[in-house]
Amino acid sequence: MSANEGLKAKHVATAGPRVSWSKGTIFLLAVLAVAVLGIGIQAASDATLFAQITLNGLTLAGLYFIVASGFTLIFGLMRVVNMAHGSFYMLGGIIAFLVQERMLKPDPTSFDLPTATFGSFVLPLVIATFSVALLGLIIQQVFLRWNQGQELRQALITIAISIIVADQAVARFGGIAKEISVPIERSIELPIVGNYGTMRLVMLLVAVVVGLLLLGLITRTRFGMIVRAGVDDRQMVTALGIDIQKVFAVAFLLGAFLAGLAGVLGGSVNSVNKADDGKFLLISLVIVIVGGMGSLTGAAIGALLLGLIDSYSDVYLPDAITNYGVLLTFFLLVFVLAVRPYGLFGRPG
Amino acid sequence: MSEPILSIRGLNAHYGAAHVVQDVSFDVLDEPVCVIGRNGMGKTSLCRALMNLDPPTASGTVLLDGQEISGKAPYAIARAGIGYVPQGRKLFQSLSVDEHLRMIKSPRQGRWSPAAIYELFPRLAERKKISATQLSGGEQQMLAIGRALLLQPRLLLMDEPSEGLAPRIVEELVESLKGFVREGTGVLLVEQNLGVATSVAERLVVMVAGAVFTETTATAMNADPELQQRFLGVTRVEG
Repeated sequence: MSANEGLKAKHVATAGPRVSWSKGTIFLLAVLAVAVLGIGIQAASDATLFAQITLNGLTLAGLYFIVASGFTLIFGLMRVVNMAHGSFYMLGGIIAFLVQERMLKPDPTSFDLPTATFGSFVLPLVIATFSVALLGLIIQQVFLRWNQGQELRQALITIAISIIVADQAVARFGGIAKEISVPIERSIELPIVGNYGTMRLVMLLVAVVVGLLLLGLITRTRFGMIVRAGVDDRQMVTALGIDIQKVFAVAFLLGAFLAGLAGVLGGSVNSVNKADDGKFLLISLVIVIVGGMGSLTGAAIGALLLGLIDSYSDVYLPDAITNYGVLLTFFLLVFVLAVRPYGLFGRPG
Repeated sequence: MSEPILSIRGLNAHYGAAHVVQDVSFDVLDEPVCVIGRNGMGKTSLCRALMNLDPPTASGTVLLDGQEISGKAPYAIARAGIGYVPQGRKLFQSLSVDEHLRMIKSPRQGRWSPAAIYELFPRLAERKKISATQLSGGEQQMLAIGRALLLQPRLLLMDEPSEGLAPRIVEELVESLKGFVREGTGVLLVEQNLGVATSVAERLVVMVAGAVFTETTATAMNADPELQQRFLGVTRVEG
């Protein structure tokens, strides 16, 4: 695979200068140049702020990557349209919070949970991620395995599930965002940046570990070989004596597990919020499309771009248009698709 | 007469309304059998129907060593002991040569292991790490056969293995097929190339328009150019 991609990349690189740029691409490049220039000027005027925002972007990218890597497994590789991926994320946070609430027995007059111990953080995390993984597996087995290749049905079924989950979340969790309590110091002192949220750094570390483990799984194991072969030619895989349904089930379990894990981490760093399902589904979609369907490297780069854009646009956009920062995400999508229609690391499939 | 390895009884297959395999019945015994016929006569559909790959939709009875395999999922049919080498090789572009061989696990113990495949096809061993799509046509065919052998099959089901290969490579292929037969692996070959068909198999099943038109022998076919012309519409190229 790598040799092949290398060849393709070389081909693209040599062909690059000869491509006659369309007006749209030139416009997009101009916008990009202005954005980079703007960020550069701001960075020069306040280095500490810039370092903080950049680190914010990186850690946010970590969270995005954990969610999107699960999505790239389910949607990018197994081609199952799972519109409930954001719900898996949200459920991870909600379940962890509810379990932790029971364990910590908070003061009813206070809004926040008391500080967690190691056990009262890890146990809710484990319970939440494994329940979400199990729920994902059940959804796949009960609803989706009968609808292989039927994208519209998959989409409608999972949208229905996400609506049910969203309503139940409001009923049982309420509409107010709440924070999962963590057992470590909230912040530590870093050079240049100053005080910085410890959990955000933990989240980035988890993302790197998850990324490396997944890369190992896909490139080094028999499971990974079957997944990659299945992307190329699913029927041929089954004609070679491999029950691809089992592989699908495992991939779905793993994808839901990662979404649930990200939900708990996100709920510890920011908050558990009933609106997170739609938000993180959208983020996952954008990252997988920008990075290229089924490419882990693509998901990492996509998450990085999205995290940085989110973070920079929050602070550096002029006050009057800060609220429109979300649009930049779609700008990124349009830009990438205009230049590389299959995403940064995608290929026609 | 020995028990047939593969027994096909009343096999039918449809692509929607098109009846592409019509009531096909024949047996494969210890000796190889070759299904021949022109393009579009239902040869590939027959292979897909045997593997229960959809489309076409297949019905009928297929027994492998006396066990019914018809109606089972394709993976179960492969595990039961059919090594399928499809038309066009169908290798996986994302996988290296070595990964193609390592991903296959047979439910049975047998003589084939990746090491044994490399011994059989030394040229694959030299290209272990490269993408399967960068192999030559002949090497791709070796790999497609190699991965099918790793299932420790009772029967190799091969769909046009000589397609697009140079004559010298085809000769090598024929030699290795004869080797499998000597070792007791059944071979059901589907071919358009009469030269390959008659050098591998003595028993020929001629398909015309989805149905078995007649059964004949390689000797009879070779001796009778008129027969060749009638069933195949081709004149044999001497090579």
